[in-house]
Amino acid sequence: MHWLQMQSWSPYVVGAAMGVLSWFTFLLSDKYLSCSTTYARLSGMVERRLRGSVVEQKAFYRKTPLIVDWQFMFVIGIFIGAFLSAFLSDSLHLEMVPELWRQHFGDTPVLRFLVAFAGGVLMGIGSRWADGCTSGHAISGALQLAISSWIAVVFLFASGVIVAQLMY
Amino acid sequence: MLDRLHQHRRLQLLLGLLMGVLFGILLQKGGLTHYDVVLGQLLFRDWTVVKIMLSAIIVGAIGIFLLRSFGHVRLQPKPASVGGSAIGGIIFGAGLATLGYCPGTVTGAMGQGSYDALTGGFFGILVGAGLFAHCYPWLDKHILNKGRIQAQTLPELWGVSPWTLVLPMILVMGLLLWLIERFGG
Repeated sequence: MHWLQMQSWSPYVVGAAMGVLSWFTFLLSDKYLSCSTTYARLSGMVERRLRGSVVEQKAFYRKTPLIVDWQFMFVIGIFIGAFLSAFLSDSLHLEMVPELWRQHFGDTPVLRFLVAFAGGVLMGIGSRWADGCTSGHAISGALQLAISSWIAVVFLFASGVIVAQLMY
Repeated sequence: MLDRLHQHRRLQLLLGLLMGVLFGILLQKGGLTHYDVVLGQLLFRDWTVVKIMLSAIIVGAIGIFLLRSFGHVRLQPKPASVGGSAIGGIIFGAGLATLGYCPGTVTGAMGQGSYDALTGGFFGILVGAGLFAHCYPWLDKHILNKGRIQAQTLPELWGVSPWTLVLPMILVMGLLLWLIERFGG
């Protein structure tokens, strides 16, 4: 298991392995690699806990029922896998402010939290708006030559680049 | 197609978890769970993200279209529209640049100990998704379906066989990777 203890792998190995993994998600599970719908389901489940089952009547949750499905387990798996990978390579460490951020904006946790939270809200809205995220559109959709995914990826990347350039 | 396996709910939940673990390992080993790597790509200082994505698309596309030729898989493209795919992409991109994680890598980043991903990212995405669900009826009526494109895939749109697009796409992506390796660093 020497290779699990390595800090990082070649991006080509990682990318190719993701490609192979996507064959198996299609073949064995009739699914494509994607994550973001799970957040919509989880958000609805939390809201249901607070406001009761009326939440299930919302048009969006009738379309996207509040159930634990394949993708929900997949997202839980990502957490476990990343933890294992970091743990086995001794790169597990608690950090609130990433290095690049610290160099430009200082190490105030509150500022990082506020911007990250705003970014999270935008991402939660954007991924449902475009009906997919980086994995669902930029990997899975792009490799299926889906028109929606190629449109989303071009605009996603352009907007990301512009905002990043404005910030740094 | 492996219909009986696909309909076995419990086994599918287990498969989802297992495949998620593998994907999580790959995300972490690839560096995609790091804010600095994602921002490095958007600032064109670090090409890791593009290298991983392009190799995933190349390898993935070859396998998926081969499997499809033999009738083992079905494609699942999502419907396209300017109001949905383009505007959604713009909002998502702004989120990606400010958060530095995506919905997949945010849980991976939590797993490696980055708690800006938990406190900001995870809860932020939940709030955003909830807001969207709340506004969905209005958005669906007025924006999401604007500029609807009937065809779902590029081969369908241009009336060509998938391979006439897949092969040139792989060549172009391969060339891009070579250029990045040569000049991008």
